[in-house]
Amino acid sequence: MTKQKKWLLSCIVIAVFLALVYFLEGIIPSYSNWSMLFTVLEKGSIYALVAVSMNLVNGFTGLFSLGQAGFMLIGAYAYAVFTIPVAQRAAVYQYFDGGLIQFTIPVFFAILLAGIVAAIFAFLIGLPVLRLKSDYLAIATLGFAEIIRAIFQWNALGPITNGSNLLRKFATYQSALFPIIACGICIAIICLLINSSYGRAFKAIREDEIAAEAMGINLFKHKQLSFVISSFFAGIGGALLAMFQTTIQASAFKAAMTYEFLLIVVIGGMGSITGSIIASFLFIACREWWLRFLDSELYIGDFQVPLLRAGFRNVVFSVVIMIIVLFYRKGIMGTREFSWNGLLRWFKNLPGNIRSIPGRLKRKNKKEAQINE
Amino acid sequence: MKKLALLLVFVLAVATFSVGCGSKDKAAATAGEGGVIKIGVYEPASGDNGAGGKQETLGIQYANSICPTVEINGVTYDVQLELVDNESSTDKGPTAAKNLVGKGVSVVLGSYGSGVSIAASDIFAEAGIPAIGVTCTNPQVTEGNTHYFRICFLDPFQGTVLANFATDVFAAKTAYCLSKLGDDYSVGLCNYFQKAFEGLGGKVVYETFPDGNSDFTSYVANAIKANADVFFAPVSTEAAALIIDQANAQGMDMPILAGDTWDSNVITGAAKGKNVEIYVTTFYQEGGNPEFDSGVKAWIEADSTNLANNGGNTDLAAVTAMGYDAYFTALEALKAAGSPAPADVMAALPGVSYKGVCGMITFNETGDANRDIAYVKKCNTETGAWEFVAEQGVK
Amino acid sequence: MDFVRDNLPYILAGISVGGQYALIAIGYTMVYGILRLINFAHGDMFMIAGLMGVYAVTWMPLYLAIPFVIIFTVILGFAIERVAYKPLRSAPRMSVMISAIGVSYLLQNLALYITGGLTKTYPSIPWISNTVKVFGATTKVVTLITPVLTIALVVALVLLINHTKMGMAMRAVSRDFETARLMGIKIDSVISLTFIIGSFLAAVGSILYFSNYTGVMPTAGAMPGLKAFVAAVFGGIGSIPGAVIGAFIIGICENIIKGVGWTTFSDAFTFALLIVILIVKPTGLFGEKNIDKV
Repeated sequence: MTKQKKWLLSCIVIAVFLALVYFLEGIIPSYSNWSMLFTVLEKGSIYALVAVSMNLVNGFTGLFSLGQAGFMLIGAYAYAVFTIPVAQRAAVYQYFDGGLIQFTIPVFFAILLAGIVAAIFAFLIGLPVLRLKSDYLAIATLGFAEIIRAIFQWNALGPITNGSNLLRKFATYQSALFPIIACGICIAIICLLINSSYGRAFKAIREDEIAAEAMGINLFKHKQLSFVISSFFAGIGGALLAMFQTTIQASAFKAAMTYEFLLIVVIGGMGSITGSIIASFLFIACREWWLRFLDSELYIGDFQVPLLRAGFRNVVFSVVIMIIVLFYRKGIMGTREFSWNGLLRWFKNLPGNIRSIPGRLKRKNKKEAQINE
Repeated sequence: MKKLALLLVFVLAVATFSVGCGSKDKAAATAGEGGVIKIGVYEPASGDNGAGGKQETLGIQYANSICPTVEINGVTYDVQLELVDNESSTDKGPTAAKNLVGKGVSVVLGSYGSGVSIAASDIFAEAGIPAIGVTCTNPQVTEGNTHYFRICFLDPFQGTVLANFATDVFAAKTAYCLSKLGDDYSVGLCNYFQKAFEGLGGKVVYETFPDGNSDFTSYVANAIKANADVFFAPVSTEAAALIIDQANAQGMDMPILAGDTWDSNVITGAAKGKNVEIYVTTFYQEGGNPEFDSGVKAWIEADSTNLANNGGNTDLAAVTAMGYDAYFTALEALKAAGSPAPADVMAALPGVSYKGVCGMITFNETGDANRDIAYVKKCNTETGAWEFVAEQGVK
Repeated sequence: MDFVRDNLPYILAGISVGGQYALIAIGYTMVYGILRLINFAHGDMFMIAGLMGVYAVTWMPLYLAIPFVIIFTVILGFAIERVAYKPLRSAPRMSVMISAIGVSYLLQNLALYITGGLTKTYPSIPWISNTVKVFGATTKVVTLITPVLTIALVVALVLLINHTKMGMAMRAVSRDFETARLMGIKIDSVISLTFIIGSFLAAVGSILYFSNYTGVMPTAGAMPGLKAFVAAVFGGIGSIPGAVIGAFIIGICENIIKGVGWTTFSDAFTFALLIVILIVKPTGLFGEKNIDKV
């Protein structure tokens, strides 16, 4: 296929997809079980954006950062604080006399601001922290996320952050198309970045820091750049998550949230944007929709299916994750990306692949047996 | 090994789909009869408020077992409860709420804990589904909206009641307030208590503990050091048990005051045999309606799951009685609405009145129940049971 | 005397919680020393040990329950290493760490499922759960025992590492993984032993910790685990005395911060301390300097 043709094909697919979402939104009523589809699409695309931003640092630059939840928190608060209508502030900031800030800014700028504030924090945090080596960096960024959470819950900052209380009533979106398009644009920008010379420098740092430095790549500058850009998009992701949830509270942005994104990145494949996106949607769909029935008691005829009760969903879910982590180390995509040619090839080879599965398994087992010896 | 894993994934997938299909078929079959009304139960079954949420759900389930049908305009409908777990968390709550909306419920009951209720409020509003808060006491739940109602009293009332109680009974001059960082309920209630207590001429020392904290030694020591007359800690029962234990270990002699969350057998269990003095304000006093008491106890005892959900014994929590009342309030609303459509129920709710086990329920213009009395109970540490102290109102 | 009586509770609490952190921190530091792995599941193992303690006393008398809990935790630690970490021995380090996060996720969800999300109350163990008076301050006996027991266990552990053949093997493996293997040291059994020791100490720690703070919930291991890890980094990861001293410092500081009234930041402070030490002295108090060879 020629390049033009591929572009055209991509544009058509995207347009058809968006039209389909728009159309379905019109016909699926909110009280139908299928309305969960939109929850998955909305939350999935937001998670995809944050996962891709995390992949930029962890998968492409090889820095082990665990601060994503903290940057999302900053973004979500920056967005929410500046878009709560003035008339509603007295109700929201009920313990703080309506709060300190008495103006709003348009939604678009608020989202941008969310990213910028998160990026500024990342820049400041990065100055000392990015000089640390892998595991130390991980634990330091994790620590920073916890510190940020404590600061945002601090009562003394209540007039701005509302202390421990929820922020609500801020501007949200109406259509599922909004988060999908917003996240799509952000991910496209990250793609452009990764395919630029900066992206190649990031990958060089990931492969070998010393070799990269020897080639004339300024290590610290590039690490800082990757870290700041990643946080910028995590901040935007946080703002969108706030819009999705319609309320926001600092206590939700725990280390567990960062781990979720890390698992998504790993399931999708470290260093694959396509992988992170696919994994995000699968992750959300499984957890919020498909596996939810595991939480309630179920009768098939008179037979009560054993084990099913509140909490079982998460157990099954974590077992599946362990299996993926242990046996499909490279994740869904490895480091590969989506391409039309790849898709075509995959379809062409599919019948042969299915036929050869038993043989391949045998070979693999043999190989592993040899290695173990 | 890999083969085994593949097989496991495959089996899981097949099981998932077969079971998933099974459940859908069943739902379709019952819905086909046209005689089913779904009531959503939006309660925590895990997380900080898991224990309380389960007890509240028990009340709703018990009410459903007593009265599983409702007659609307001469047609009898089966009432089916749809339970979701909001995990006591404001970020998991909204998707759980969306799930309820997707199940096509007519009205939602819940939740225990104000934060999750506020978080899900907009989801219900968007879908046009009315919700009846059972024991979410923060004013923000019903304020400024038309779809959220509640049958319990509010934190400003409760905080004032407790402040009055502290000054009246203990002649308290200094109060030590402890709330959980990032928790709407405890922070809000402490705030109202502080306002009322300072209004009565008292002094407040206010501290917060972070999420995941289980070491309350220093907090108890701080309270002792501050020479406080009362220790006010309206926190979740999980933290409460630890605080009681620590207060006992350090020989803290001031009384501990708390709000409605502490009215639970978790607290009496933790306090049994310890040297502590605990007072709570609550919605219901055991013995207020003997018929209800014996009925619900027998029902809980008959089923091991229910017994486990109630903490392993049949001690009644006020939230169970509240859940019971909430269910019947919802049925009244359905009857008054004359149809199971959420919009009709919402329109009918403001006019509903129901005489529940916890007192008369009528709604005011913001959708809150008209309540001006709270029960004060004391924990008897020898028997591990609640004892009625007084009915306290606001002066 | 009033000053002592007022402030002693903080110090006592700090020392006791520090001792409990220390017992967990040793597990982190030993595993890190040998595998270069932050074993995120270690804190949750600690929680599972606590939960097992709750259930064990309902099944058997106390004098059997305590050894049972310890043996169970040791087996669990051993099994986790074999199932979740060993297959990834040749994989990049990040994969192993993610596997650890996965195990932690699994253990938490499993605990959530088994307990039904309810907090379980830890049984009170005779004598150590009793209250005593020390210089006018009242506290539990366990508060006083913890530091003593911690020090005794650490001394025993250091003796084991410095004076036995297995200890020598462990030191060799932590110094140079590949060379140790070439020298004929059975890497797998050394690693298993590390996990066994770590789990044993975590189990002892859990008994002490939960006797003092009696609520066991699925997330009960997360914060102590994280703080113990911070303690291990603080003291210089890989160093056992470092981990112990770091744990005591963190435990005491945390309680002093609470006592001063900065309760909002008691956790944040721990992390701030970590970041400061990492920036000033990246290898921690007693860590050895690692030189990267090209």
